[in-house]
Amino acid sequence: MAVAQSFAVSIENMSFRYPDNADPSFTDLNLQIPKGTRFGLFGPNGAGKTTLMNLMTGVLTADEGAIKLLGYTAGGPDKEVNKLFGFVPQDFSFYQELSPAENLEFFGAWAGLTKTEIANRTNELLHILGLDDVRNKAVEKFSGGMKRRVNLAIGVIHNPQVLVLDEPTVGVDVQTRHAIITYLHKLNKNGTTLIYTSHQLSEAEDLCEQIAMIDEGKIITQGHINDLLKEHKHDSLEELFINLTGKAYRN
Amino acid sequence: MFKLWVSIKKDIRILLRDKVGISLMFVMPIILVVVVTSIQNSTFQLVNKNKLPIIICNTDTGKSSVQLIESIDKIGMFKVSQIPKGHEKTILDDMQSQDALLGIVIPANFSAEVNAKAKSASDKAMAAFSGQTDTVKNTIKKETSGIGPLTLYYNPVLQESLRFSIQGAIRSALQLVQTRETLRTLYYSSNEKELPKSLENEMLNSNTTINMLPVSKDGTRITPNASQHNVPAWTIFAMFFVIMSLGGSVVREKVSGSFIRLKTLPTNYLVGLLSKQVTYLGVTLLQAVVIFSIGIWLFPYIGLPPLNLPQDLFALFIVTLVCGWCAVSYAICVGVFAQTQEQANGFGAISIVILACIGGLMVPSFAMQGLAKTLSNFSPMHWCLQAYYSLFLEGGKLKDVLNNIGSLFIITVIIQFITYLGLKRKNLI
Repeated sequence: MAVAQSFAVSIENMSFRYPDNADPSFTDLNLQIPKGTRFGLFGPNGAGKTTLMNLMTGVLTADEGAIKLLGYTAGGPDKEVNKLFGFVPQDFSFYQELSPAENLEFFGAWAGLTKTEIANRTNELLHILGLDDVRNKAVEKFSGGMKRRVNLAIGVIHNPQVLVLDEPTVGVDVQTRHAIITYLHKLNKNGTTLIYTSHQLSEAEDLCEQIAMIDEGKIITQGHINDLLKEHKHDSLEELFINLTGKAYRN
Repeated sequence: MFKLWVSIKKDIRILLRDKVGISLMFVMPIILVVVVTSIQNSTFQLVNKNKLPIIICNTDTGKSSVQLIESIDKIGMFKVSQIPKGHEKTILDDMQSQDALLGIVIPANFSAEVNAKAKSASDKAMAAFSGQTDTVKNTIKKETSGIGPLTLYYNPVLQESLRFSIQGAIRSALQLVQTRETLRTLYYSSNEKELPKSLENEMLNSNTTINMLPVSKDGTRITPNASQHNVPAWTIFAMFFVIMSLGGSVVREKVSGSFIRLKTLPTNYLVGLLSKQVTYLGVTLLQAVVIFSIGIWLFPYIGLPPLNLPQDLFALFIVTLVCGWCAVSYAICVGVFAQTQEQANGFGAISIVILACIGGLMVPSFAMQGLAKTLSNFSPMHWCLQAYYSLFLEGGKLKDVLNNIGSLFIITVIIQFITYLGLKRKNLI
C-alpha cells in the first residue's frame, strides 16, 4: 500500500550481494531521491550503478533493508508500482525483429495500457523522437542512435511518474543526444522524476539537479551539483569525480 | 486477454521473420518424411516386389545341387545368376561388379552328401518299419557326419532382419532338396522303383496357404504401407523439433535486455510463456496438417503409397494437440534451463534424437528388451507414436488411445511443473 511521501525513491539500510560473489555489492546503503527531481547517479565502472538501478526497479531483490518506490516496496508482490515507473536499461531492451510500432504495442500492453492508449502514445512518441518514417521497419536495421530512441520510447510509453535511465545516450551522435536530453527535460517539466546514470559528465551537468557518487558500493557524496562543486572547490563535475574516485583504472 | 493476444501477435511476428526457424520446423521435417518414406518404401519394394540379386557358383556336378538352385529360384525372392565352376574364389569381385547382394558357393561333394544322408535316413526308416531296433542303433553309429556347409556371402548393407529372412528362405530350399532325396531313396528301397512324380509333388508341396491379414480395431483390412508407418512417426519428430526455434527464442528473450524490461512491467512472465505455448501449439498443428497433406496428396505423385487418414479424425486431432502441447512444453523447459542459445539448440537436438530412439521412432518399441523397453515409457514420443499407430494402423478410436493420451498428459504436466520450478529458482517469475 502506497503512503503519501515526498520521495520518489527511498532506500534504507539496504544490503545486497550477488550469489556468485563473495563480497557484497552494497552494505547498509541509504539514499533518498526527491520527487520531481532530475537525479544523477555517477561512479566509475563496477561501482554498482546498474546494480542499484536494477534493485530500484525490482529486477534484483535486496538481501536486507527496504527500497521504496513512490511508497511501494520495489520488487514486491504488488505489481501496481510497476505502472508508476519506467525503466530504460543500458542494453537495447526490445525485440530487434519487430518495428518500433510493434514493440510499442507489445510493451504498452504489458505496461497495462488499452489498445487506444497504445495507439495514441505510439503516434505521439514516434513523432517526438523522429521515428515516424520508420515506424513499420524492423529495428534490427536501425542505427545505434535510432535504437536508443526506440529504447527510450518504450520506457515512457505508459507515462511513468519515475523514469530510471541507465546510460540512455551511450554511443549516439550529437543530434540524437540533443533530442534525447531535450525530451527528458520536457518529461521532467511535466512532473516525471528522472533517475539517470551516464559517463558523460558534461551532459550530466546540463541535465541533473542533484547527484550521488557511488564507489565500491558506497555513496561517497550526494547533493545539488552547484553545492557540491562549491564544497569541494571544483569547476566541473569531471574534476570532482576524479578527485573523489581517483585516477586508477577500474574494471 | 488483451495482453495475451498482443503477446501472441508478437510471437507470431517474430516467428514469421525467423526464416531459419521456419525452415527447421517445416522444410526439414518435410524433406525427412519424404526421404525416409521413400527409402523405407524402396526397401519394402525390394523385399516384396523386386528380387534380391544372388550369384551362385555351383562346384558340384550332381543333381541335388541343380535342384537346390531351382528351389532357390522358385522361392521368388531372388534373381539368380550363376557363375561357372572354378570361379568360386572370385565370387566377391563378381558380387561387386554385378551389383549382387548375395553369393552362394555350393561345395563340390554337395550331391554326394545329400545322397548319403538320404540313404542313411532311408535305412533307419526301413529298419524301424521292420522292427530291427539293433540295426537302427548301428545305423545311427555309422551315420555320416552331415552335409558340408553352403557358404553364403552377403553385402554388409543388408540389415540383420533381412539376412535372417534370406537365411530362412535358403534353409527351406535346402530342406526341400534333402527331403525329396530322402523320399525317393526310401520309396526305392521299399518298392524298387522310382517315386512317381505326382506322388512326390503331393508329398512335398504344401497345400496349406498362409493368408496374411492385418489386425485392426475397426474391422477394416487396409494393408499398412511405408507411408502409414513413417508419416505419423516423423510428424511427431517434426513437432518436437520446434525446440530449435522455441527453445532458442526463450533463451534469447531471457538473456537479452528485453527480459529485464519485461520484469519491470506489471505483467507476469507466465503470460509470455502462455503466449509462446499457444503460438507454437498452432505451429505443431500446422506441421501435422502440412505433413499429412503431403502424405495424402503429394506421395502418389512421387511414386509413394498415399497416406490414409484414420476414420476417427477427432481422435487424430486430440492426439496431435496433446502431442504438440508436450513438444512445446519440452522446448520451453529446455529454454528455461539453458544458459545460451547454443546450449538450447545442442541439447535440444540431441535430446530429441535420444527421445525418438527410446520412444520407438527408430527401432519399434515392441522389439526392445529390458531397460530399453522400460525407458521407452518415459519418452513422450513413445506414447505419441503408440496413439498414432493405433489410429493409423489399427483403425482405433478415441477410446482406444485414451491410455496413451493420459500418459502423454501426465508427462506434459510434469514437464510444465519442472519449468515452473526452473522459473522460480532463476527468479524469472
